[in-house]
Amino acid sequence: MNNLIILPIVIPFLAGIILIFFNKNIKAQKLISAFASLLAIVVSGIIVHTVHVNGIQSLAIGNWEAPYGIVLVADMYASLLVLTTAIIGFTALLFAFSTITPDREKFYFYPVVQFLLLGVTGAFLTGDIFNLFVFFEVMLMSSYMLIVLGSSKIQLRESVKYILVNIISSALFVIAVAYLYAVTGTLNMADLSVKIADMGQTGLLTVIAILFLVIFGLKGAIFPLYFWLPGSYQAPPAVITALFGALLTKVGIYSITRVYTLIFYHEPSYTHQILAWLAALTIIFGVIGAIAYWDIKKIIIYNIITAVGVILFGIAANTPNAVEGSIYYLVHDMIIKGALFFLVGAIIAITGTSNLRKFSGLISSHPLLGWMFFIATLSLAGIPPLSGFIGKLKIIQGGFEAEEYTISFVVLLSSLLVLYSVMKIFINGFWGEPSNEEVYKGKSVKGMVAPIAILLVLSIAYGFGIESISPYISQATDTLLDPTIYIQAVLKE
Amino acid sequence: MEVLMSIVVGILVSAAVYLMLSRSLLRIIIGTGLLSHGAHLLILTMGGLKTGAAPLLGENAKVYVDPLPQALILTAIVISFGVTSFFLVLAYRSYQELGTDDMDQLRGNDQYE
Repeated sequence: MNNLIILPIVIPFLAGIILIFFNKNIKAQKLISAFASLLAIVVSGIIVHTVHVNGIQSLAIGNWEAPYGIVLVADMYASLLVLTTAIIGFTALLFAFSTITPDREKFYFYPVVQFLLLGVTGAFLTGDIFNLFVFFEVMLMSSYMLIVLGSSKIQLRESVKYILVNIISSALFVIAVAYLYAVTGTLNMADLSVKIADMGQTGLLTVIAILFLVIFGLKGAIFPLYFWLPGSYQAPPAVITALFGALLTKVGIYSITRVYTLIFYHEPSYTHQILAWLAALTIIFGVIGAIAYWDIKKIIIYNIITAVGVILFGIAANTPNAVEGSIYYLVHDMIIKGALFFLVGAIIAITGTSNLRKFSGLISSHPLLGWMFFIATLSLAGIPPLSGFIGKLKIIQGGFEAEEYTISFVVLLSSLLVLYSVMKIFINGFWGEPSNEEVYKGKSVKGMVAPIAILLVLSIAYGFGIESISPYISQATDTLLDPTIYIQAVLKE
Repeated sequence: MEVLMSIVVGILVSAAVYLMLSRSLLRIIIGTGLLSHGAHLLILTMGGLKTGAAPLLGENAKVYVDPLPQALILTAIVISFGVTSFFLVLAYRSYQELGTDDMDQLRGNDQYE
């Protein structure tokens, strides 16, 4: 019992409500949302520390004991993601302060961002599968609003498709929950795990497991369900794409991980094998997209898909090293995708286009931006000692241990192609003859540098300080690999 | 009774799929509405139909029905209500802005290669 763990949900909730009343006063909105986000970072930091010292924390809402009531559960995996979410939220707000236009600010941009953070955090913290659905909906509702805010033609067109895809996957989610409840008679994740371990994972349950893979795969953009992502994520401004790219797909990944390590882990030769091959195909198609396009936003968007594949391969390989690697990589990817989308946003703010063929030589007018982009590129590809390295190393090591040689090679090869796809932006966009130097010099990116710098410093610190972070990650890995730790903490038999 | 309800759910879902595969945006929205109806009925059926008295302590019955599916449906209905109304407004707004509700024309082309 620990009331602390509901705070990361309550803080954005209250902040969002308060912000609605200040919709005309932009200064107050900025102040309140920045304060709320800082508070969320502090609280999530405290939670990570508490979980590290005292083990998994759980809270039975309204004192209805598990498995009857809804529980919130903060294990190390969830807490780390909550902390990363809070940091991304704060930097995204900083970036928004200088990039979002006043008409968007007046139409509830800041409250909706808080509600988005509320949904994402709630999805990480809940221990009840129907409650997970509810937090998914909170998150999706906010994302519908954010994606269409501004009502440009491309936004309207793409959000129709985005909403349709998500409504269908939500309906499937309800159906899957109904099946699961009919078979097991419970919706508490820990209790589900106990019940399914007792009765054995029958064919019916394996089908439900695959149904959940489809649902979460639609959110997390795995092959072949990623088709909606490149179009939708391209439509809104860069800061919103950054929030989506860094947070939303990761909720899908988190849910797949949670369900496949805690509940449906009895038939790995079937479910995890499917997941592994889907992950491989996701990587391949993501990389193809990233190489094919000359639109900088699209290139980074396809890199989200590749990263989803890499992380899920770690989960599918299901060895201690691979799971540990995928946690490392997940946190890294949230940070670096945020940074890259901010960088793309800054480039678009300078050049006015995202077409790589239309600008070059940016480094002569904006050297700082250029070198920051370079660092982000190296980190994304996993060059040591930056943050992407350790995760990929462990995932591939785990992949070899699980004797998944083909897919491990795909992961290795994909790193090269990922490096190529982003290096292409650096070489064509930052090097070469300055295409329009006078105009570019006049464009200041002053407010945009700080959030990018924060995330890059974090990425570098994450890479260099891996020794001090590893106890936290290995604690998260232990919980994922041994469901009994989670079950005991929640049900306290 | 459960078998009958399952068939009804099947009919609802197939009608929803048919509608969602059409080109008109309004028909698609009606399709999503039917789909969520199907899902909600499915929860009700999966919880077992009419197995006891209403789940109120005052009923003093020996067996009660399971109240959880009802709570789940209530939540899901509210959510789908909100999403559907948002979708309707969005459809109207995009019809105003784009001048069409034909999904074929909303396909969009890549502005860059």
